[in-house]
Amino acid sequence: MTTESGADSEAKQLQENKETQKGKGKAASQPSQAAAEPTSPQNQPEQLPAAAGHSTPARKEQEQAEEDLVSHRSSTSRLSRSPLRGVKKVKIMQCKITLLDGSDYTLNVEKRVKGHVLFDKVCDHLNLLEKDYFGITYRDMENQKNWLDPSKELKKQIRTGPWNFAFNVKFYPPDPSQLTEDITRYYLCLQLRDDVVSGRLPCSFATHTVLGSYTVQSELGDYDPEELGSDYISELRFAPNQTKELEEKVMELHKTYKGMTPAEAEMHFLENAKKLSMYGVDLHHAKLVGSLYESLAPAEGEDSEGVEIMLGVCASGLLIYRDRLRINRFAWPKILKISYKRNNFYIKIRPGEFEQFESTIGFKLPNHRAAKRLWKVCVEHHTFFRLVSPEAPPKKFLSLGSKFRYSGRTQAQTRRASSQIIRPAPFFERSSSKRYNMSRSLDGAPIMENHETLMKDNAVAKVITKGDIITAVTTEKKVEEDKSEQEDTHKDAAETPEAVATTPLRQDTKTDSEQTDFAFDGEMTATETNDEQPTGDEAKEEVNAKATEAAGYLVKYVVDSIITDGATSSGPHGISLSTTMDDDVFMDGTLKEVEEKTPDSQDEVSERSVVKVSPGAVRQEVSQAISDKKGTLIILKDAEDKEDTEGKETSTLDEKEKSVVPREYETDKNDTLPASIGKEMFKADTSVVAEAQTTEVKMLSPKVEIKTDDMIPLKGIDSPKKAMASWISEEVKTEASEVISVSAKEMKTSDGLQENAEIFTFEDVRSEQSESNLVQITVSESSTASLAVSTLGWVSSSQKASPDQQEKAVVAVETEAESAKLTAPTSPDVVEVATKDMPVVHTETKTITYEAAEVDTNGDADPGVLLSAQTITSETTSTTTTTHITKTVKGGISETRIEKRIVITGDADIDHDEALAQAIKEAKEQHPDMSVTKVVVHKETEITPEEGED
Amino acid sequence: MANMCPYGRFTHAVVRGIPETFGKPAADGRENGEASVELAKAQRQFGCLTGALRQKVGLQLIEIPPDPELPESWRIEDVAVIQGDTALITRPFKQQRRSEVEAVRRVMSELNLTVVEMGGEEGDSGGATLEGSDVLFTGREFFVGISPHTNRRGAEVLADTFRDFAVSTVPVCGGARLKNICSMGGPDTIIISNSDGAKKTLRMMEQLTDHHYEVLSVPEESAANCIYIKGPSKRDFLLHRPAEECPDSASAFQKLPDYTLLPTACSEASKLGASLSSLCLLINRKHTYF
Repeated sequence: MTTESGADSEAKQLQENKETQKGKGKAASQPSQAAAEPTSPQNQPEQLPAAAGHSTPARKEQEQAEEDLVSHRSSTSRLSRSPLRGVKKVKIMQCKITLLDGSDYTLNVEKRVKGHVLFDKVCDHLNLLEKDYFGITYRDMENQKNWLDPSKELKKQIRTGPWNFAFNVKFYPPDPSQLTEDITRYYLCLQLRDDVVSGRLPCSFATHTVLGSYTVQSELGDYDPEELGSDYISELRFAPNQTKELEEKVMELHKTYKGMTPAEAEMHFLENAKKLSMYGVDLHHAKLVGSLYESLAPAEGEDSEGVEIMLGVCASGLLIYRDRLRINRFAWPKILKISYKRNNFYIKIRPGEFEQFESTIGFKLPNHRAAKRLWKVCVEHHTFFRLVSPEAPPKKFLSLGSKFRYSGRTQAQTRRASSQIIRPAPFFERSSSKRYNMSRSLDGAPIMENHETLMKDNAVAKVITKGDIITAVTTEKKVEEDKSEQEDTHKDAAETPEAVATTPLRQDTKTDSEQTDFAFDGEMTATETNDEQPTGDEAKEEVNAKATEAAGYLVKYVVDSIITDGATSSGPHGISLSTTMDDDVFMDGTLKEVEEKTPDSQDEVSERSVVKVSPGAVRQEVSQAISDKKGTLIILKDAEDKEDTEGKETSTLDEKEKSVVPREYETDKNDTLPASIGKEMFKADTSVVAEAQTTEVKMLSPKVEIKTDDMIPLKGIDSPKKAMASWISEEVKTEASEVISVSAKEMKTSDGLQENAEIFTFEDVRSEQSESNLVQITVSESSTASLAVSTLGWVSSSQKASPDQQEKAVVAVETEAESAKLTAPTSPDVVEVATKDMPVVHTETKTITYEAAEVDTNGDADPGVLLSAQTITSETTSTTTTTHITKTVKGGISETRIEKRIVITGDADIDHDEALAQAIKEAKEQHPDMSVTKVVVHKETEITPEEGED
Repeated sequence: MANMCPYGRFTHAVVRGIPETFGKPAADGRENGEASVELAKAQRQFGCLTGALRQKVGLQLIEIPPDPELPESWRIEDVAVIQGDTALITRPFKQQRRSEVEAVRRVMSELNLTVVEMGGEEGDSGGATLEGSDVLFTGREFFVGISPHTNRRGAEVLADTFRDFAVSTVPVCGGARLKNICSMGGPDTIIISNSDGAKKTLRMMEQLTDHHYEVLSVPEESAANCIYIKGPSKRDFLLHRPAEECPDSASAFQKLPDYTLLPTACSEASKLGASLSSLCLLINRKHTYF
């Protein structure tokens, strides 16, 4: 654990687990290690998570070792944590941050602190309160600027080179005059000066003159030939190509500013700069993908494929430039979804008033990292400028792909917060622009300014803690929004495109119909198809959803009709299809608010007989359960591309373990209640589980089969993609019968480009609407989906009085569509598999974890004392089983934990489903008195080459 | 930014007289096939226009004498794009029109404008062509119509010249030139014909812009080209086609509040594919920074 105070916070754990897994995934990718480790008891616990990790390029050994130290949070490596705990030492790194005035600020931080620690320290140093507009950048190995993620540890982000950073403006306020403090504006000015001088912010000669003159006034004060000399101005930089003529004009203007304070000059500077068309536009090189008619305004008839363009992310949306010309623009309200896949970046566009369907536009970025970087910047800008409050990160329940969300304050929030700044205007020194002026001595009196007079109006008498204010304000605003949302939506419908275009500047509300989804690599889609019809109905649904929003979110898995099926609605805009012809899954996942959750449906659900539970109803239940924080065990995971692998899978597990699994539920189980009672309780709780009776599992199969039949004809031939979803139902039964319900659905697009995954129970709606093919596999004990690797965790607590009755359903399903590429690992080390038929082979790994509510809630940090650990390995033709048994004593209770790692190796000829089912069955037979708490399915297949890790 | 003021503030207008060769087939001979134009009437209409600009609106008028060698030189709008204190001398599509720029360049220099050249023949211009009648400047941004006369390279040069502004390219659907189908009718008002092609162009403009414009649509295409000027007296003037020429659109202009409407005939130039704005270049020499 880190030494940071918030060590126990969930986010932190998540973080660590994530990283831990990553490290392990990397470790696993080293074949030499891989061979040795499976048999080593010491390494084994560490090795297990590798199954859940991704194949990421190896990292420095040293770092890896360090990560192992934090690994105790991982549920699969609990064994190792106690001995290692406390052993680690704190590593201090020296960080050099280049500030906006060109000076360097050096400070020491612990290596493992998160980005925000560094950021906060710099802001403190700068005496900056309105810091949400700013951020810290670092250069990656490609010398590309990346924003430091405040929620991630520094050492995870800075992989190579010295720890050099820069402090920069991240979100350029569209109206700088609304900033509260002059000091904030000063830093913004410094950033803009650099933008101008570097050419990032192009401007005309006249504008260079004007901006330069205000710069001079702000830095040097009034024109005074005696003090300043005659060529004082040539020591300052105003433009990329500064001419004598420009300097003369600057001087001319400077003379006219007598008496203007630095703050005033900066305000003038900003008033001019903000009107520049490239103000605050973050440009990214890209190429058009496909012959993309939509994004090219001029109907030139030329083949736009591969045309070099620039994508500009700004407060109002996404701008598309070709050379200097703006050829298209997508305001945030026009964008339904943003996603990236490998080195492609996609935006899904809301249909205009004359179009029937959404269109998805793809852009090719130089590499995967660039695509991800662009996607992140979009997510952040959208959230900051468009939303009232940040979106909840998707980590709560299901986690697929990147969990990245902008977590800071939005502009609306930061404005509220800064309006409460009550400190007297700080004194600050306007240092001369050192970076432009190496020779100039600083003997001129520094320009100090007391802003007190200027600040009077801003100073609010109230003293309230900032945090409180923000929260309260946000809530209030939310409420207002709810009311206005309907109107807004209607308005939007009627709005002309032009009007829409102006909406982003309103910081007001975000209606559902305007919601932009963010999807990422390997993420499952969760956009409900009917969401995407911007109708007035939505507004109502939205309101409903909002009403229940507090209860939680439901992740809905929906076929994205556009993306998944080129033959249908996306017809004319098949770009995304043609470009996602990757081997790996294209899934997008989004958290959306529950839409259909109405009281009615809840009633329905509870009354519905289990057998007849329709997918829709189940969805209701699930959502309900989730919102009630009942024991739902839904974990959908998909390994991201290798580069992406941040060990996210496992971290989710842990999180789920800690947060989702309901205590209550566990208690039920432990109490060995009669089935009926247990059932009632569940029903009373309206939890999903209520419906999860044994029979249900059986009933699901037929249903699934039907669907499968339906879908198969549509199934694309190439189908290298797979998608997967799973659902676990848990059950409490006195008969001690085990119920394992596994269901997965695979959907293949007709062209096999992407897949979306759905939880089968959700599928009804979408299967009607979408053209994608769904293949659903339901697995109960006798049938399983194909697996490459699975890890079963068994826990037996001595506390349990009646183990028999604590059976939990565990489900693991993995479907692998592409047989040709499926190569299962030959050793427990998954990653090493990859291989053979391709020049450059990367493996795609997929991990699914199902975890039963655990008796032992490991929310407590106490790792217990390790009594014994033992590892047994056995092999059959296609499977390798490694059993790791540990006994620990925690709080007077001894716990035996068995982790079985089963590696099923083989290509398509092997029925992985069968093998897994067999493995699970055997495991259960071997340990009848124990319960399965977790199943991690980790699948690995080859994918096409891709750049290095991210 | 510095140059960004509400559209419509002008102090000078530059025009060029109608030569006797007005309407005569140019070298390639296909410009005005069957159109029969009356020179005298055209000159009379030109006189009305310049009179309105000078006396009604109050601009300083600079009139370049006509050149019989250059039959289309009266379409002065095409040969320069002026914003703030910068004049971009364009490169018209037709070879024989390119010498029209010389006289205009001189005038621009005399007015102390910063003259920017688009590049010489073939060499550094990279085949760029641009005509001012394909450029709609709204005060906040440029729209460049990609038309038979203006290509993307030309638009790029314009973007490079006026760096403060967003320069968006739009297809010209409804007419031969962008300003045939639309023009500015106020600081935030675009007058546009409601033909299908014009609507398509308008949609594109609406998509591309960060700003909000009021749209005044007029039933007749020729009515869509007007000249809006906020005169020295701060009054709003709109020169538009008279009711005789555009009977259905006259009422639309009445919707503009507190405008001084100046019906200005332009039937002869119109026969040659030109319009009111084609006849003048508007300049603001009292550029103010803030």
